[in-house]
Amino acid sequence: MARALINVPRKAQRGEVIEIKTLVAHAMETGYRRDNVGNPIPRDIIRQFLCTYNGVEVFRADLFPAIAANPFLSFFTVATESGTLGFQWIDDHGNTQTASTSIEVE
Amino acid sequence: MDDTPQDKAATRRTFLTSVGGLIGSFAVAPIVTVRSATATPASMAAAIGEVVGEALVRQGKVKLELPPLAENGNTVSLTVSVESPMTEAEHVKSIHIFNEKNPQPNVTTFYLGPRAGRARVSTRIRLADSQKVVAIARLSDDSFWSDSVDVMVTLAACLEDLR
Repeated sequence: MARALINVPRKAQRGEVIEIKTLVAHAMETGYRRDNVGNPIPRDIIRQFLCTYNGVEVFRADLFPAIAANPFLSFFTVATESGTLGFQWIDDHGNTQTASTSIEVE
Repeated sequence: MDDTPQDKAATRRTFLTSVGGLIGSFAVAPIVTVRSATATPASMAAAIGEVVGEALVRQGKVKLELPPLAENGNTVSLTVSVESPMTEAEHVKSIHIFNEKNPQPNVTTFYLGPRAGRARVSTRIRLADSQKVVAIARLSDDSFWSDSVDVMVTLAACLEDLR
């Protein structure tokens, strides 16, 4: 898998609700399309997305072929403590793309 | 002249009968002509049934935002939010999104918890046709709430590839 873009505020007040935006480069091939000689293009979908805050799961999503290419997800979490936010995308072939970012909570 | 009032009445009667028959066949059509290649309102109902089971799904609390007219079905922005204080005692457990005309009835499922802080998620989806999109939220007391939006799609996602 290719690269991921993460947008998280660098600093936050304790207890503040922060928005997290993620974008990962992925074709999200549905498996319903055919190439120019008529052969079906094999399915390749990110099945699951996971966001952890200092190792604790705060958001998870199951994705299906109806999610657009280069899946974008925006969601919220409560800034509880300084630490790392971990992101994980798992596709059909079991490939895992990970990313992480740090946050400073005052 | 054969354009007598009786003849007109007969024409109207035959017309109404044929229209009635047509409507009748449309009403039956979804049950008879279920195509395995695409989702149907029936398969969407089945997918919803798998999530909610026998529970009652009520309207309200959930707000599903989609553009009423989508120019490109390949990327349609979707935002779903649920009225909830998002505390340990009262929060949203999951939000399920369904459609009725894509190849599969499921679109996505979001799992949240009290640590989400706010029950609001955005993403971008594909729509293969003008159709209804449904969001169902499961709260911490295991009640289900839903909202639905009808979207017109001008350029459908992967339409030519479905046949």
